[in-house]
Amino acid sequence: MTITIAHLTRRFGETEVLRGIDLSVEKGELVALLGPSGSGKTTLLKIIAGLDWPDAGVLEVNGEDWLQKKAQDRRIGFVFQNYALFPHMTVRDNIAFGLTVRPRDTRPAPAAIAGKVTELLQFLQIPQLADRFPAELSGGQRQRVALGRAMAIAPELLLLDEPFGALDAQVRRDLRRWLREVLQQAGSTTIFVTHDQEEAFELADRVVVMGAGRIEQVGRPEEIHDHPATPFVARFLGMTVELPVTLHAGRAGAPGLDTASLPRVAMADGPAMLFLRPTDITPVPDPQGRFTVADVTSTGALLRLRLKDDLTSAEPEIEIARRLAPPLRAGARIHLRPEAGRLFPATAGIPPAVAPAIKALKESSL
Amino acid sequence: MTTVAAAARIRPKRVLPGFGLTMGVTLSYVGIIVLLPLAALVLKGAEIGPERFFAIMTAPRTLAALKLTLSAAAMATAFNAVYGLLMAWVLVRYDFPGKRILDALMDIPFALPTAVAGLALSALFAGNGWYGALLEPMGIQVIFTIWGVAFAMAFTSIPFVVRTVQPVLEDLDPQYEDAAVTLGAHPFTIFRRVVFPAILPAFMVGVTLSFARSLGEFGAVVFIAGNLPMKTEIASLLAVIRLEEYDYNGAAAIALTLLMIALVLLVASNLLQARALRYKGRGA
Ligand SMILES: Nc1ncnc2c1ncn2[C@@H]1O[C@H](COP(=O)(O)OP(=O)(O)O)[C@@H](O)[C@H]1O
Ligand SMILES: [Mg+2]
Repeated sequence: MTITIAHLTRRFGETEVLRGIDLSVEKGELVALLGPSGSGKTTLLKIIAGLDWPDAGVLEVNGEDWLQKKAQDRRIGFVFQNYALFPHMTVRDNIAFGLTVRPRDTRPAPAAIAGKVTELLQFLQIPQLADRFPAELSGGQRQRVALGRAMAIAPELLLLDEPFGALDAQVRRDLRRWLREVLQQAGSTTIFVTHDQEEAFELADRVVVMGAGRIEQVGRPEEIHDHPATPFVARFLGMTVELPVTLHAGRAGAPGLDTASLPRVAMADGPAMLFLRPTDITPVPDPQGRFTVADVTSTGALLRLRLKDDLTSAEPEIEIARRLAPPLRAGARIHLRPEAGRLFPATAGIPPAVAPAIKALKESSL
Repeated sequence: MTTVAAAARIRPKRVLPGFGLTMGVTLSYVGIIVLLPLAALVLKGAEIGPERFFAIMTAPRTLAALKLTLSAAAMATAFNAVYGLLMAWVLVRYDFPGKRILDALMDIPFALPTAVAGLALSALFAGNGWYGALLEPMGIQVIFTIWGVAFAMAFTSIPFVVRTVQPVLEDLDPQYEDAAVTLGAHPFTIFRRVVFPAILPAFMVGVTLSFARSLGEFGAVVFIAGNLPMKTEIASLLAVIRLEEYDYNGAAAIALTLLMIALVLLVASNLLQARALRYKGRGA
């Protein structure tokens, strides 16, 4: 089952929810659609399922035009964000639904359906829930039932919309591992939607980052983590500290920054923006430093420092393991040593007023 | 002093004030307006004594009136069940010009004095009325027949079905239907297996109320029925006639019978509803 999506657009009135999506998914792949809420993930999933229709674009599966095909005939397993289990049916009847609504000539015999349902209940480790109603299940149990109902029709493609969205943190982690195993055993092509990067990275073979109706980056989890393709992806993946720098011979530099740990980059000389994760920055006490510690809070394992940047009057927040932290109090002056980061050309990044100030400070501190 | 303050502090407070007053007023109202008259009716009925009661109720004219009332109410309710459901469906699921007007029209049978409705209907179905002029040449007689009675009953009770089903249908999450579609179900199957079970409890309430109201409908019916004893005389009219003849026992026996039928219906409907809603969680 190979899916090809090209130039797909969808608008609701004035709002363009999908602005030209190009994506292909290979047979057996497990792909995550990752993006903030409102970026169009659900809309894309619904279009693939045949529950919504694009204004323009191509959707082909195994070379067949799926935009000509009714949802009923696509044989997709869809797990809804709130599971959408039929409230008046028992777990058993919910799972059997897709088999019992088949046209008479392709419908399995009642005994065969019952057998298949029992098999799925075993596979999903919920045989004890067979005769309960959805209202009598916990969130995690509902998710299993919803997955079972979707898998009963032996779909070649599974679509999961925020499969862990309605669950609490501990259940999420347990179910994530379990789901990965289940999907591997089932061997179906799977696309799942999430706004949680940890979830996407842990589960998926390939991650598709979406922002405001566009695909910002497609890649393997490590690739995206280490090399976000756009400032949007960098910010979304937690690179929340942005510092203006100047590039010279592939090296970034700025006053008050010790950039020795950053690798050389193949980018033109000139102003650039350095994106950093709060945990990838070491604060170094320095009476001449550019940053002042505004306040220090502890999260237990981490110390969170809110800094005041004398140069740009920005207030970046950095985090450091508490046992590695130098003794720092509010009011202390420091400079920063970024350990890893990502540079983007500062086309629109740096406010113009900052560049001369950098130059002035550089001259005075040298 | 301190203990009093502490006690006052830990005494659980109701969030909304005035529970005692509102509850008192409500219960007095129910007592004076609803329960006392019913009790009086039952007492009056009990005075008659079983034999006399049985004699009144099995008199041919009473039996004919009851039979007509029940059959016409059943016909009206069957019609309302189908048409009311359809109307609720159309009002919730489609957008079309004039939808709000149609929606408002559904309240007219409730708002209109039933006598006005009765007059209008009999004018329409009279031999020279708009409908009558069409139907009578085809040999279909509505006015002065059970059809007219049923039609008047259906007219006055249709909002019960529409207005009970409509809000439930509006609140029904479209995700259930989406889920059914992805599982391969076609529209009629989805309605039968997913949508209808969800609105069934409300639908049953609407249908029961519609039937109960039809049993008691008076104003709209007497104009169109012709009120021929043994033919088109409804039970509540017969009760009025008995009253005018100073036959209080006869009136009370008929009224009591209608009351019992209505009560049995409401209880049965509630039991069925509870059964239909058992999936909402057993005990938990
Ligand atoms: N049926 C609809 N009508 C109007 N706007 C919609 C509809 N469905 C989605 N949208 C809008 O499209 C945008 C993207 O929605 P969605 O695909 O649900 O995003 P996501 O799943 O990434 O949170 C949102 O701004 C939402 O308000
Ligand atoms: Mg969504």
